[in-house]
Amino acid sequence: MTEHEINQTLDCTGLLCPMPIVKTSKFIKGMQVGETLQMISTDPGSKPDIEAWARQTGHELLSSVDEGSQFQFVIKKTH
Amino acid sequence: MSNTNGGTKRLALISSRGTLDWAYPPFILASAAGAMGWEVAIFFTFYGLPLLKKDLDASVTPAGNPAMPMKMPFGPEGFQSINWNIPNVISNNVPGFDSIATNLMKQTFKKKGVASIEELRDMCIEMDDIRLIGCQMTMDVFGFTKDEFVDECEIGGAATFLEYAADSDVSLFV
Repeated sequence: MTEHEINQTLDCTGLLCPMPIVKTSKFIKGMQVGETLQMISTDPGSKPDIEAWARQTGHELLSSVDEGSQFQFVIKKTH
Repeated sequence: MSNTNGGTKRLALISSRGTLDWAYPPFILASAAGAMGWEVAIFFTFYGLPLLKKDLDASVTPAGNPAMPMKMPFGPEGFQSINWNIPNVISNNVPGFDSIATNLMKQTFKKKGVASIEELRDMCIEMDDIRLIGCQMTMDVFGFTKDEFVDECEIGGAATFLEYAADSDVSLFV
């Protein structure tokens, strides 16, 4: 798990590309700047994709945990 | 590469094939780009144009698609992983085979967690910065009218697309 405080959680388990980043992007629009989102996915492709998504959007990927069959990301909304 | 669009990246796509398999790449790329804050235009031309129809009816055919896996979306895991080698004489000649193949692909995709074309298109429509452009020439040739297409699309020609593409960071022909 992560030491970061989590304000919101989004479950993207079972979804394949491009849904995890599409849902994350949609969800984060409804959050306040500075809040953190924990996104959980099972698609191994979501790891490089959420990293690219964070670089492109400028939101901060605080942590990325690979548990083998499940991935947990904590993202901070920066703008 | 950089455009003159104030830092927002732009993706310009041409969608020229409307079968179920070829419908995925433009909508996946467009929705992913939209999720990353990019602006997108998809130009639907030739056989890609029916992807703008209100009632989507994209299908897939194994004929001429030798690399297309034929897998069953039900049964034990071992059974589902079998790639059925259907002889051309069956897949090309048995009436209704395309509709069987289409249904199998749709069910397999759904089961694996892939969004449907309808869902992906709806997400593109929901995003503010994705333009869907139907090709006027193709409409004239095949006899389509604008009211058959989703309300959110616009109609244009090669120059409409090229003007957008000239100022984009990524351009792809699908």
